[in-house]
Amino acid sequence: MKVTNYIKLEFPSCSSNESFARAAAAGFAAQLDPTLEELGDIKTAVSEAVTNCIVHAYPDSIGKITMRLRIIDGEKLEITIKDRGRGIEDVQQAMLPMYTTGGEERSGMGFTIMESFMDKLKVKSSGSKGTSVTMLRTIKQRKSPL
Amino acid sequence: MKISTEYLDGRLTVYLAGELDHHGARKTVESISEAIDAKLPRDLTLDMSHLGFMDSSGIAVIVRTYRKIREAGGRMYIENPQPQPLKVLDASGIDRMIPIAAKREVTT
Repeated sequence: MKVTNYIKLEFPSCSSNESFARAAAAGFAAQLDPTLEELGDIKTAVSEAVTNCIVHAYPDSIGKITMRLRIIDGEKLEITIKDRGRGIEDVQQAMLPMYTTGGEERSGMGFTIMESFMDKLKVKSSGSKGTSVTMLRTIKQRKSPL
Repeated sequence: MKISTEYLDGRLTVYLAGELDHHGARKTVESISEAIDAKLPRDLTLDMSHLGFMDSSGIAVIVRTYRKIREAGGRMYIENPQPQPLKVLDASGIDRMIPIAAKREVTT
């Protein structure tokens, strides 16, 4: 496993940063020459993970979110989004489709979408140390038409 | 996120433009809800031709709008989603509740 490039961003859990985070991830991923569909998948997964931090980790306060992106072996994008807020009590339950503790403003589809739009999804959470979501997506290298 | 509406012959069309995420979701629900209360439409169409991005927050907006229009005895339709919002709609299985008239190619 060789990391050829990376970025690390830290931003407060303001909802206005949702669009910034997904645009930043798409900008970094662009070096892998993804298709529009692949870029859309990356933006969607990042948006879901960052929204979870804002809604569930820091429900009543503004806290820090860190996003690390790494290019691995020249073709894989690894996205890690971490918070230091309120953890998830039961990760398995939280990942069930339609399960939400966010009331009618949430659909409960966030983890389902992350899982189906990415190749791998790993969620680690503890009550006091927050949550870390790591996603991996291979960007198929296309042959040049020339 | 820009929202505009058009009412004609009992049908309210809501045009969504921009990006629909958690940040703009509450305002979107409120705007649609106000338009429904003002016009009391028989049917509601959500036109997504100019919605470039949507995540699962958009699904919650659609479900809340659907419940409101169903309570009033109306029907709801989704039209012209672009590829990324369409993929999120497909992943949610919402087409079991609401018909999606999709142009399955880029519409912009």
